[in-house]
Amino acid sequence: MKKIFLIIAATCFVLSTAFAQEKSSLPNVTIKTLDGKNFNTTEFQNDGKPIIISFWALWCKPCQRELDAFNENYEDWQEETGVKIYAVSIDDSRSTSKVKPHVEGKDWGFEVLIDANSDFKRAMNVNMIPHTLLLDGNGKIVSQHTTYFEGAEHELYEEVKKIAGVK
Amino acid sequence: MKKRIKKLALIALFLCFGTAYAQNIFDKAQVSGSFQIDAQLYNPDKEIGITDSTINGRKVGINGYGRINYSVGNFSAGIRYEAYLTPLSGFDQKHEGNGIANYWASYNTKEIGITVGNFYEQFGNGLVFRTYEEWSLGYDNAMNGMHIVYRPVEGITLKGIYGSQRYYWTKYENNNRGIIRGIDGELNFNETFSCMNDSKFRMSIGGSAVSKYQKETDPIYNMPENVGAFAGRINMGLGRFDFMTEYAYKINDPSATNNFIYKEGQALLASLSYSQKGLGMSLQVKRIDNMSFKSNYKITENALDINFIPPINRTHSYSLAARYPYSTQPNGEMGIQFQLNYKIPKGTFFGGKYGTSIALNFSQVNDIVRNQINDTILVNQKGTKGYKSPFFEVSDHIFFRDVNLEIEKRFTNKFKVVAMYMNLLYDIATIEGHVGEEKVKANIGLVDMTYKISTRNSLRLELQGLFTEQDKGDWAAAMLEYTIAPKWFFAVGDQFNYGNDIKDERNHYYTASAGYVHDATRIALTFGRQSEGVLCVGGVCRQVPASSGLMLTITTSF
Repeated sequence: MKKIFLIIAATCFVLSTAFAQEKSSLPNVTIKTLDGKNFNTTEFQNDGKPIIISFWALWCKPCQRELDAFNENYEDWQEETGVKIYAVSIDDSRSTSKVKPHVEGKDWGFEVLIDANSDFKRAMNVNMIPHTLLLDGNGKIVSQHTTYFEGAEHELYEEVKKIAGVK
Repeated sequence: MKKRIKKLALIALFLCFGTAYAQNIFDKAQVSGSFQIDAQLYNPDKEIGITDSTINGRKVGINGYGRINYSVGNFSAGIRYEAYLTPLSGFDQKHEGNGIANYWASYNTKEIGITVGNFYEQFGNGLVFRTYEEWSLGYDNAMNGMHIVYRPVEGITLKGIYGSQRYYWTKYENNNRGIIRGIDGELNFNETFSCMNDSKFRMSIGGSAVSKYQKETDPIYNMPENVGAFAGRINMGLGRFDFMTEYAYKINDPSATNNFIYKEGQALLASLSYSQKGLGMSLQVKRIDNMSFKSNYKITENALDINFIPPINRTHSYSLAARYPYSTQPNGEMGIQFQLNYKIPKGTFFGGKYGTSIALNFSQVNDIVRNQINDTILVNQKGTKGYKSPFFEVSDHIFFRDVNLEIEKRFTNKFKVVAMYMNLLYDIATIEGHVGEEKVKANIGLVDMTYKISTRNSLRLELQGLFTEQDKGDWAAAMLEYTIAPKWFFAVGDQFNYGNDIKDERNHYYTASAGYVHDATRIALTFGRQSEGVLCVGGVCRQVPASSGLMLTITTSF
């Protein structure tokens, strides 16, 4: 008898954990990489380490300031916590072809994606940019923040460290 | 006894399956959304020409929306509620009303996506089809219908759409606007063919076809009921170079916008860019000829656009630099833009300790050449084929020219400066419809300085000047902002039209604002005056009237 119950309990446990395992809390939207390849937004990946997703555009000055600030700290941040940054440009066809030269010209070290018709922005309910999302290692949104003020990157990085378990 | 236990075990097993499944559903179910309220209290302000009669009893304007999205696994559904009671001044009064503006349900996997209800989509660069929404402009040309995406293999995307477009609160019925149907296909060689996966040569091609059906009812003209538009595009890249071009063709589509001429439309867009670490360049050209494409030929306002013609000039962010923004002339224009981004490396004379960023931008847009078809038909004469336009000839009528240089330099880890100079030529008669007015020739200069008091506290000062003999003459502007990251901001500013020819109109437009940000919620309060101007986002523009009073914005996402 005990055996049967044990087996049931075991299957039950396996099943519930198997089902409960979540892939990512992000919606399924296809955007593009700077090289024009398709990028599905369920595929944000960083081997179980935190991810920052930041919405920006060429015409948005505070966005530039935020990304410049990320860029200045990126190497140190990566070394300490392994965090990965994705900057999602919502520039439309007016300026999508200017995004890559701008990114390279600025020498930004993180990955940049193009959401030319704001499909991903809409799916994430983003009202205004800059808008930054912080994801934990399982791809779950831990926090989000709108607007950027000088120095706000430190606050964000404190959260990153908390998730990554770095003191 | 054994039987009972077996039964129990079975029930337990079912229960555990059941709960595991239910748990799965509940774990994955998510509700997300966003809200925004923009409210303004209008005060009469004689100095800037606002009297009780301008306000006309509408002392308060409020635009608000809420978007709620529910998703379980691959399925999602949502609504968007909007209320304009009454609309903010400067918004089309047809906005007035409240209710569920958009609703949708969709199922999306990596391979397939189906949406019913309202949706947004863009084919290629949007030359034949783009629906989008821009809250700050009150622009929404959402489709209401069905949308299908299919990705049979990696790198191939097929899309199909049909439906009608949103026109404020007016429902589609009885041919009050056209029906749109369209298909689009794209093939990315590097993704589809394994031999090209890691190739330095990148290539993708795409094509679209869109048709608008609007039943013939015109009392004077014999209108084409089905208007077809087609586009083809290529993207290529080799190493550090990228090239993109798209060509679109539309059959004759007489409309109120093009003065009812039976001419076909054409659009060509091309760009070439080069990028390497620290250096980026891009060159864009475009030619537009009779490409206005709306789902109701009778209207000329900013609504019901089926396609999107991207303006190719820099979008400026500083207020005086953005005072004279260009908007696309769908009836015809030829434009060119060049952009250079360069970062002078750290440790050099001009680069200093932190490096210096330079951005140079040039753009010019001219009219196209229009020749008479024959001696008896005038150029653009109603009910005719309109005109002949030689493809490579450029008219000497300049609509717009903008040369600007921006330098960004960090001097210490506490002090950073952005400086910009801009020279502008703006055909205000064509772009803003101020018939007979002289072209605006302006020089604009600005500095934007940021000083970090501490890690969290910083001060930012913006000084701008706009110098011109035309329109309203010279302007000066100053703005001081104090921020406490990541939550608070305070700002005071003034725009002074000191060079206005009319002495009584040399007004100050002062503002004071404060705001609080918590996570994805932002509350901002502004008190002061707003000068008359044009607000543009992505090429669509809205005239913003002068106003005075209190403005509140609350926005949140969850």
